[in-house]
Amino acid sequence: MNKFKQQFLAGPYLIWIIGFIILPMIMIVGYAFSGSDGNLTLEYITSIANETNRKALGLSLELGIICTLICLIIAYPLAMILNSMQIKNQGLVVFVFMLPMWMNFMLRILAWKLLLSKNGVINTILIGLGLSKINIINTPVAVVLGMVYDFLPFMLMPIYNSMTRIRKDWIEAARDLGAGSITIFFKIILPLTVSGIISGIVMVFVPSLTSFAISQVLGGGHVLLIGNVIEQDFMQGMQWNAGSGLSFVLMIFVIASMALVNSFDKEGEGTAIW
Amino acid sequence: MVKKCASRFYMFLIFAFLYLPIIVLIVLSFNNSRSKVKWGGFTLHWYTSCFQDEKIMSAFATTLQITFLSAIISTLIGTLAAIGIAAMKKRSQTIYLGATNIPLLNADIVTGISMMLLFVKFMDLGFVTVLIAHITFSIPYVILNVLPKLKQANLSTYEAALDLGASPLLAFYKVTWPEIRPGVFSGFMMAVTMSLDDFSITYFTKGAGVNTLSTMLYTELRKGIKPELYALSTILFFAVLLILLLGNVRPAKKQTIENH
Repeated sequence: MNKFKQQFLAGPYLIWIIGFIILPMIMIVGYAFSGSDGNLTLEYITSIANETNRKALGLSLELGIICTLICLIIAYPLAMILNSMQIKNQGLVVFVFMLPMWMNFMLRILAWKLLLSKNGVINTILIGLGLSKINIINTPVAVVLGMVYDFLPFMLMPIYNSMTRIRKDWIEAARDLGAGSITIFFKIILPLTVSGIISGIVMVFVPSLTSFAISQVLGGGHVLLIGNVIEQDFMQGMQWNAGSGLSFVLMIFVIASMALVNSFDKEGEGTAIW
Repeated sequence: MVKKCASRFYMFLIFAFLYLPIIVLIVLSFNNSRSKVKWGGFTLHWYTSCFQDEKIMSAFATTLQITFLSAIISTLIGTLAAIGIAAMKKRSQTIYLGATNIPLLNADIVTGISMMLLFVKFMDLGFVTVLIAHITFSIPYVILNVLPKLKQANLSTYEAALDLGASPLLAFYKVTWPEIRPGVFSGFMMAVTMSLDDFSITYFTKGAGVNTLSTMLYTELRKGIKPELYALSTILFFAVLLILLLGNVRPAKKQTIENH
């Protein structure tokens, strides 16, 4: 089979891309820019400036940024530790961090609700130890905790992958030339893991900005994110155009993030987290 | 030494954080009490009664069907696509990989809603629409796992096989397939994982009649979760763990033999 013919094997995928990736995106844009009478309108796009929507978007951005920063702060040292352990079978590392994903997503978040609730597991232990209760369930703190818990592997894996590609002799060479640990970190390790950090940031920031289930369960209806507003528009209010308008605004954030990844990560290697 | 202890302790903390909810759920599946926080003694009751609950079983069957059908179909389309993409010129490759990144990086809620808007124009929401949605978000994981293996594979051995008179299909099966098989397998497992774990996209594309375990849990949140669901999820968790251990351990052993 020559190369020209071989390309046609991607044919079914091309059809799939057009039918189920491109067309649905066009549908969202169509709904977002048309009114209930079918005419062109910007009403639903600009509705992001409404007080409720603006607040929800602001809170989503705030929690998304906090969650991303916490994930980065936790994951980077962890990736360094894992890398220094010189584990032969890197698949094992991935395995250990992906394993929680085989317990149903909804149940894991629910388990956090049980752990954090007023008379939950953690508070029972705290009282047993003679300490005071923590009251974070139904607050943004619980939502951020749930997000960090769920998205941490998506920060860890790209950073760890980029770190394992740093060759030991480069670091040895730097040491031979008189560089200290701090210089080695800032001149070698950090620059070579930038692509991993960027994909990690995007892979955590996008889902945390747009999540609605975590805030619904752990926020108990008191934490309204932009994802919750969109969900209500579609599932309760039947306001598809309004929901599409807000989704379109979210898409702009997502596209900006994707452009950021592409400018740093040409090979698509950072996103291969398995 | 201090540094080593500190890093071990740090790792322990992260593991505790990641596995705490899992342990809670497994413990709850053996708890002889409908209360979620009180321990009422050890029981295996939920493990038998979960198989008698019709609603749970139907959601479980749907989940399994969606997961395996979508993983198989996306592995097929994705592997073929990866082979095709590998043969393309740089420019078309960039376009294809850009499109592959869309479902991977796009927000789940946007992916789910966009598909729902398309589906309702042509058909009723239900099993088929959920299946199509799952295939769509699984294909990128397959491609990203298979493509690196194809790039590592030695192209001249495939051409040599052709020169020696092998048909393209035989040459592929004998030469290329063994090299990409680990990538295809991990792509398939990734597709299974993502499909099993998905909530948001299923939620928007499922319509009224169909429920997977995730969406069923979400709708039952207010009523309270049946303990049977903890038992069923624990079974599922260990089943996947077993499959993965069997799949992971064998090739690793083979590799060490080849290295010696």
